[in-house]
Amino acid sequence: MAKYQILVVEDSPTMRQLITFSLKRLRDVDITEANDGVDGLKKISANKFDLILTDINMPIMDGIKLVSLVRNDANNKDVPIVVITTEGGQEDRDRALALGANSYITKPINATTLLDTAKELLGM
Amino acid sequence: MSNEEPDDKKKSPENTYLKTERGEEIMHIMQKGAEFTHELIKENERLRFRNAQVEEINKTLEMSVAGGVGTDEINKLLKKLSSIEDEKEKLLEKYKAVEEENKDFANRYLEIEAENNNLANLYVASYQLHSTLNFNEVLRIILEIIINLIGAEDFAIMMLDEKTHKLSAVATEGIDQKDVPVSVQGEGIVGKAAKSGENYFADPLPPGGTPVDLNKPLVCIPMKIKERVIGTIVIYKLLQQKEAFNKLDYELFTLLAGHTATAIFSSKLYSESERKLSTIQGFIDLLTKQPQK
Repeated sequence: MAKYQILVVEDSPTMRQLITFSLKRLRDVDITEANDGVDGLKKISANKFDLILTDINMPIMDGIKLVSLVRNDANNKDVPIVVITTEGGQEDRDRALALGANSYITKPINATTLLDTAKELLGM
Repeated sequence: MSNEEPDDKKKSPENTYLKTERGEEIMHIMQKGAEFTHELIKENERLRFRNAQVEEINKTLEMSVAGGVGTDEINKLLKKLSSIEDEKEKLLEKYKAVEEENKDFANRYLEIEAENNNLANLYVASYQLHSTLNFNEVLRIILEIIINLIGAEDFAIMMLDEKTHKLSAVATEGIDQKDVPVSVQGEGIVGKAAKSGENYFADPLPPGGTPVDLNKPLVCIPMKIKERVIGTIVIYKLLQQKEAFNKLDYELFTLLAGHTATAIFSSKLYSESERKLSTIQGFIDLLTKQPQK
């Protein structure tokens, strides 16, 4: 089992594959994928993650709701969360950060930025 | 008024005694001064002698250095000094070269990193486009790629009707499909791009916040199988944070031009063949089925 467990919550298979593909360049990481907020929440309750990356606009449960639920979960309230979204407005950024997201990345993503953020939050 | 002392005062024994004592004191001071001067002369002589000695040594050393003749030790030291100087120069040169090489490596690393990222994006786009033979899924994947990898907000995928030579939207994002104007091949920005097969980019890109004009797209990418255009990707508005296109975007547009066309064409052919197969199967079943009595 790898040292770091990462969860990627993204409804778009293209983005999910791209994020996973980029994160696999980090050493000693295991990546779990989830299709939406509900799927993500199920996986969070079943496993312990060191980092969560989530989209905002997703069916069933959006990323904002997911961030809020994770922050209110005693077992996972300290897990670093990165929001990856198309929403580039300052209000959206402020809202996500106010709810407890640690970082906010806008699409289209730059793999170097993504990796640097992940490394920083994982303490690599 | 006379300055001379009165005679009675000059001749007194007390006065004589005082004068003698003062004279002795002066003599004593003079003697001390003489001794000090003598000592100074001696010290001066000693220093001059020492100076002469040092000058002699200096001359000898200068002669040794200039003439190459001297003690073995001096020669050895000079040689060593010279070799150390040479070595230092060589090391400095080597250090500079290594530093330059390091800079070059760092730049190359960044280039490779960027190229790696670009390739990852192109790989994922290509992989996803050819991951299905379902027409609607192909359209959905094209939309995803344009939103997530290019960074477009309002755009349409238009297909060319080869009989009417008209282009109409089959999928849109951010705008209503029925609002997208139908273009005639060869007319307007979209029609001309579909006719020529050349990519169109508005130059310069309008600043963010400019209202969308469906007759003035920012980008028009003809989807081609070799030289045959089957439709176009038309972008009207970019995401707020997307200010300009970069090298990767142009590579993605090139990839989209070719790969979307083949993905759409294959999925259409597959759907048609499936439908035909189903019809033929039904017909065969009808022919081979035993009539019920």
